Amino acid sequence: MNQHTIKRFEDELNELKDKVLAMGGLVEKATKRSMNSLIKQDAKRAHKVIERDHAINAMEIEIDEMSRTILALRQPAASDLRFVMTTIKVVTDLERMGDLAENIAENMLKTEEHPLTQVSSLQSLADLVLDQLKEALDAFAKGDMAEAMICIESDNKVHAKYKSMQREYLTYMMEDPRQITAGLIASDIARSLERIGDHAVNIAEMVVYMVKGHEVRHVDHDTAAALIGGELQDKT
Amino acid sequence: MNSDTTTHNETKISIRDLKLWYGDFEALHGIDLDILSGKVTAFIGPSGCGKSTFLRTMNRMNDRIPSCRVEGQILLEGQDIYAPEVDVVQLRTHVGMVFQKPNPFPKSIYENIAYAPRIHGLVSDGPDMDELVETSLKKASIWNEVKDKLQQSGTALSGGQQQRLCIARTIAVKPDVILMDEPCSALDPIATAKIEELMDELKQEFTIVIVTHNMQQAARVSDYTAYFYLGDLIEYADTHTIFTAPKHQKTEDYITGRFG
Repeated sequence: MNQHTIKRFEDELNELKDKVLAMGGLVEKATKRSMNSLIKQDAKRAHKVIERDHAINAMEIEIDEMSRTILALRQPAASDLRFVMTTIKVVTDLERMGDLAENIAENMLKTEEHPLTQVSSLQSLADLVLDQLKEALDAFAKGDMAEAMICIESDNKVHAKYKSMQREYLTYMMEDPRQITAGLIASDIARSLERIGDHAVNIAEMVVYMVKGHEVRHVDHDTAAALIGGELQDKT
Repeated sequence: MNSDTTTHNETKISIRDLKLWYGDFEALHGIDLDILSGKVTAFIGPSGCGKSTFLRTMNRMNDRIPSCRVEGQILLEGQDIYAPEVDVVQLRTHVGMVFQKPNPFPKSIYENIAYAPRIHGLVSDGPDMDELVETSLKKASIWNEVKDKLQQSGTALSGGQQQRLCIARTIAVKPDVILMDEPCSALDPIATAKIEELMDELKQEFTIVIVTHNMQQAARVSDYTAYFYLGDLIEYADTHTIFTAPKHQKTEDYITGRFG
């Protein structure tokens, strides 16, 4: 795509994008660190996640402010408008993801008294949603609908895994009431991870809107995939 | 702004394969476009793209340019306006025009409105004419500002008032279509806002076509937008689509300020 005639506008849009990606990087880091604290039983890392959540919150405010300024002063249209709208939505999702990583860290601190028996399944769920987050951020960075579609489609897999883990926890808790607290903690962590994946899907859906103006929110994933797939085929 | 493209509106002007030459230079390369009744349609595009030329074909203003030649069809409610039997003066009562610079007659405000209806024999002087002057000025949202000085010269008004006077003069002959060629480019933002508000009211009764260099104005006032580039119609769609998700890269580049 050609450059804007007004170079400062071009710079502002690039800066906005860089900020969103930097914020996404912080969220990725917080999620990984909270999971590492759990696996390695390292409370220090968990505290670090909790302490650093304010940096993510501060970035949300900063990016909102930048977006507002661009809307007010540049009156962007077409793809620029869709891009700015997308950043405003995406930072809200990223901020929530930061809170969810913080929630995982807080739960980790509780596991010192109530050790979890099954952290490996939580780790594999975390790997899935971290992949989703990476795909969503890559898709945003490159304006890549194919990448966004991969993220959206993996939601089914994440959801199935989450459901089966919840059933598993329920079984443990029913078998051994002493496991109830640990089971609830594990269940809450799984829920946080699953929701991080949901927010990644939200971001990927906004990327589809950003690239082509198609609305794929609140439609089932197959319909979304068909819509995006058709568009991808049109291109080739 | 209207994002609803599903409602089927009546076509007021239908343009088919319109080509226009100034001497050897082909300024319009075969334009097909339907202007919908009761809507505001905006033409946008860079200088020299043919949008004003195109607007002027719709009431044959280009006839005045000796080297200008037109091919193709412009059908106003099914009637070809370039047919030999068409009376251009009559045509212009059906398709009125408002220009970039306000151009009131150097006569009284009253006479500015009364002149055309009188020479066209639409209304005779007296109470009927008084009423027509009043309703025309009211429709152009300028009555309250001028009702106490109808005998003063129209040229003594401010630029924005003069432009609304010109709009009142245009609607006094009850046209079907009002063509506006950058009607606000000589006006300040407040006067511009008044004209834009007025367009919104006028479209209840008239079909409006506006050429504007101000893209935000096109976005604000129009229901449909057509983007012209180098004598071609690149994209024509509802205004919402043009400004949020245009189909063509050329439109996108122009709308977002990535143009050349």
